[in-house]
Amino acid sequence: MLPPRFFTARLIAGWPGLLFLLALAAAAILVPLSNLVLPPSSPWHVPTHLVVLIGKWLCYALLAIALDLVWGYCGILSLGHGAFFALGGYAMGMYLMRQIGTRGVYGHPVLPDFMVFLNWKELPWYWYGFDQFWFAAIMVVAVPGALAFVFGWFAFRSRVTGVYLSIITQALTFALMLAFFRNDMGFGGNNGLTDFREILGFGVREQGTRAALFAITCAALAAGFLIARWIVTSRFGLVLVAIRDAESRTRFLGYRVDRYKLFVFVVSAMMAGVAGALYVPQVGIINPGEYAPTNSIEAVIWVAVGGRGTLVGAALGAFVVNAFKTWMTGAMPEVWLFALGALFVLVTLFLPKGILGTIRARRRQPAAQPQAATSPAPAPATAEQGP
Amino acid sequence: MNPVETSALLYVDGVSVSFDGFRALNGLSLFIEPGEMRAIIGPNGAGKTTMMDVVTGKTKPDAGTVLFGGQHDLTRLDEAAIAELGIGRKFQRPTVFEMHTVWDNLVLAVKQRRGVFTTLMARMSGAERDRLDEILAVTRLTELRHLSAGALSHGQKQWLEIGMLLAQEPALLLVDEPVAGMTDAETEQTAELLRDINRTRSVVVVEHDMHFVRALGVRVTVLHEGSVLAEGSLDAVSANERVVEVYLGR
Repeated sequence: MLPPRFFTARLIAGWPGLLFLLALAAAAILVPLSNLVLPPSSPWHVPTHLVVLIGKWLCYALLAIALDLVWGYCGILSLGHGAFFALGGYAMGMYLMRQIGTRGVYGHPVLPDFMVFLNWKELPWYWYGFDQFWFAAIMVVAVPGALAFVFGWFAFRSRVTGVYLSIITQALTFALMLAFFRNDMGFGGNNGLTDFREILGFGVREQGTRAALFAITCAALAAGFLIARWIVTSRFGLVLVAIRDAESRTRFLGYRVDRYKLFVFVVSAMMAGVAGALYVPQVGIINPGEYAPTNSIEAVIWVAVGGRGTLVGAALGAFVVNAFKTWMTGAMPEVWLFALGALFVLVTLFLPKGILGTIRARRRQPAAQPQAATSPAPAPATAEQGP
Repeated sequence: MNPVETSALLYVDGVSVSFDGFRALNGLSLFIEPGEMRAIIGPNGAGKTTMMDVVTGKTKPDAGTVLFGGQHDLTRLDEAAIAELGIGRKFQRPTVFEMHTVWDNLVLAVKQRRGVFTTLMARMSGAERDRLDEILAVTRLTELRHLSAGALSHGQKQWLEIGMLLAQEPALLLVDEPVAGMTDAETEQTAELLRDINRTRSVVVVEHDMHFVRALGVRVTVLHEGSVLAEGSLDAVSANERVVEVYLGR
């Protein structure tokens, strides 16, 4: 049986975690409510385009938490996490394509429009099953998980670490992008998958569906956060940080470092897949551009800005940077990439622990000094404390 | 590999290792009996650390036999498997997990199954807790248990690492320069601690500090250029002319 404190101190991670979960719960209820119930004239009305925009950021936040789990806690700097996000997105996109049915431009009962256009006569085998939601839902986690497993199996067993690993992950997402651009891959080429109609029988462009997707994304983000917290606060989490800080020492203690890395990498890839799957019905399109290396690098910047190894910070970073991006690409689009680069440099130089990491260090500092000198303080909230 | 009949806990026979033509170990043979404590001395580059690397699986020897408990061929196992067999190592430079608290460092070291799912579900048992409390007391770190290990003094880190070794409950401890950077008082306490540990476990200590080796009062092996130069009590090897020549050098 799980002890009662299982869901309390250990998982919530003090005030940032509590605030984060409360904010998510509030958003999940209030935003859809205000969008659906209040008249557009009301100052408290959240317009639909804003619901979609914030919903998109929530998906990014889940991707950021997934990335923070491997980078912040295990030191695996993945520059290809966008690939897992996009794979999850494509799995969902394939389901949505098959829901179009005869309502496509060519009205073919089985084949999506782009296949008819390419003169394909039958559905490729890897599109089988995607007319079923449950099958697509499994693929959303299974495909990114399987890719992460195969990739990690080879990379971690051959002890590829550091910059080399980062470069390979980058190459992975780049290779996938090139592959998905090809028409004969059967994923819609450079147009990707779009023109969706229904998800589980609800119109994807309807206001109610959008509101529901928003609430579901909030719940998924909260669940992702709690799973990540559960992992990092377990004894497994202690090993992860040990690997990050002193990999070979951990090996001499008898831990099989490659298996630990593999496990956390696969979990993280699955989480990224879920984020991608929630993203696609909200934005209405998935194309190979999602595999672009810059997407993965942007995700790394979110985590760096918010604070590595904090989880809440990673989500916060995704929000802050994307809010900044939305404003800037509207105000002066040509400057955005420079601004992003500058942001990364500035954060690295002046805020190496990120927003949340810096706040945490500030709060801890005055308390830590006398504590060390005198008697031991009450147990901090680590995994192995308490009866 | 031919089976070897040996009573030794650690059996190292004719081991050679070279790095880019440099022979770090040259036909090294060494036998540690169960329950024994052995001090290994030798000038820099004599092969002391390489010997430990070979035993713990970090370096694969070019030739020779390394057996643990007379049956486990250590040259075929990796670091994690060797640690699991019961060989614990303390490094020359104290290597503790600096971001973790003293307590968490011990939790990481504590003897338990090391599988992914075991640690994911692990909960601390009362017996484990008592055991770690005991180790904290022995290594004088009880008051500092919630401090991050990075904030410890050099000597305290050395002790924490010894504590981590104890938590692993190994049959054989390899201890590399445990008193480097310690005060005289700390050095004496460490000698006492190791003698205490030796009551239940075999220990191999590599050390430069002669006072410390004398305080241990155990059999000494002198390494030179990758092989054994002399073996015996500290007084006996100190009297050996070759040893005086290459090592004591005065």
